[in-house]
Amino acid sequence: MGNKVLMKGNEALAEAAMRCGCRFFFGYPITPQTELAAYMAKKMQKNGGTFLQAESEIAAINMVYGASGAGARVMTSSSSPGISLKQEGISYIAGADLPCLIVNIVRGGPGLGGIQPAQSDYFQATKGGGHGDYHLLVFAPSSVQELADLTSLAFDKADEYRMPAMIMGDGMLGQMMEPVEFKEYVDLKDLPEKPWATTGTQMKRKKNIINSLYLTPEELEELCVKRQERYNKIMETEALYEEIQTEDADLIIVAYGTLARIAMSAVSEARSQGLKVGLIRPITLWPFPAKVFEKRAETSKAFLSVEMSMGQMVEDVKLSVNGKRPVYFYGRTGGMVPQQSAILAEIKKYIKNM
Amino acid sequence: MFEQMIIAGFGGQGVLFVGKTLAYLGMDIGKNLSWLPSYGPEMRGGTCNCSVIISDDKIGSPIITNPDTLIVMNKPSLEKFVDAVKSGGLIVLDSSLIDSKVQRDDVTVKYIPAMEIAENHGNSQLGNMVMAGAYIKAREPIFSIDDLYESVKAHIPPAKMQLAEKNIELIKAGYEYN
Repeated sequence: MGNKVLMKGNEALAEAAMRCGCRFFFGYPITPQTELAAYMAKKMQKNGGTFLQAESEIAAINMVYGASGAGARVMTSSSSPGISLKQEGISYIAGADLPCLIVNIVRGGPGLGGIQPAQSDYFQATKGGGHGDYHLLVFAPSSVQELADLTSLAFDKADEYRMPAMIMGDGMLGQMMEPVEFKEYVDLKDLPEKPWATTGTQMKRKKNIINSLYLTPEELEELCVKRQERYNKIMETEALYEEIQTEDADLIIVAYGTLARIAMSAVSEARSQGLKVGLIRPITLWPFPAKVFEKRAETSKAFLSVEMSMGQMVEDVKLSVNGKRPVYFYGRTGGMVPQQSAILAEIKKYIKNM
Repeated sequence: MFEQMIIAGFGGQGVLFVGKTLAYLGMDIGKNLSWLPSYGPEMRGGTCNCSVIISDDKIGSPIITNPDTLIVMNKPSLEKFVDAVKSGGLIVLDSSLIDSKVQRDDVTVKYIPAMEIAENHGNSQLGNMVMAGAYIKAREPIFSIDDLYESVKAHIPPAKMQLAEKNIELIKAGYEYN
């Protein structure tokens, strides 16, 4: 039996966060991520931490800003409309070079949209969202186990690079139960030190200042350039992806998150019919795993980006393939989930002319 | 093994719980599994369902379009899913709540008055467990009833063990019903 437990994605994320040292959660309820906050409400205090339901998403993200400045492992979670509200705070946190975790269990948009699964916040997560030259580390798990594993990785990488990380899931992943095995609780003393945190000088060091306001353009530019150097290093070293049956594939499907699983089922079915199809599943959406596309543009004939949006990640696929091969798109949106049979039909449409 | 099932009925009948019970069984016998509820705005007393996949291999899509098995506890759900069941598939139907017959001859249908049986055992709330027992019976030998008893006991907190015993009593009643 092992140490596996059966849990919803939302709950597994919360449990994993506490196990890797998150002791502060600030949020505001919204479907379909509410189980995450509810689990935190039940367990955080027992773990010696603080759970606080703020008066709004904006208040919650600013509490995250404060706790992070004081050196805590801290997170917030929401769903699309709530994440939009948090954008000002996210930009400030990025501008102040602070680590934290932001969870977006994406629902259909724009506006209030709906509550069913979607991936239409890809642009918002990977291309900014808030103002200014900044990025988030964006992780896109496709199973409950991966959700738990990436939660702890996201916290570690956020600390390492002093920047906010985001986990992008969808209602399907948040609501579904799968067996999951957790790591042991980390001892908070074992977490990396944060010498930049505003924890009090004890009259022994220069004071630390957390700030994102720089009125001297030379100074602000220098900070942005330095930050960009970090981003460049991340793009070089931190991209994660999974490649399945791509070596001999004529057509490569690109999909992330839970939709990648449906795409995988379609790929298996296509393979059983003798069609040479593979799958690239980006696990980090920023940094986007561009190198694997450069490589596969040499060996395959075309790419098909499958998304629960009107076509967002497809732009990054095109940039990475850089005109060497055609890049097609298939998507459903508004909370509709592409069916395996529909993806298979798309595969057949393109592969028959190859 | 690759068993895809949809369990459907009214909210409050324990539809999600049967799914969870069978998901635990899958986990305890070392299989891969996924459990996905329908969620969304629903009318009080409206329909409710969950999709459970138990598989030897890694599970791709957690969404089921054509189930191998439909466990169904009300008429609207039967109407919604009856045509989706794979040819050669199984339908376990609570005949004390659904008065119609399945108009298909390419599926196995098991009619069981689950709610009535549960009432006779003094707990009308546990028709869902009767359905679970009837399902295992129909799916032997890929599942074993003893594994289910063990699994039910393993996932109930010790303080609530009498509930496990009640559940097992009703699972047994469903399993033994002809």
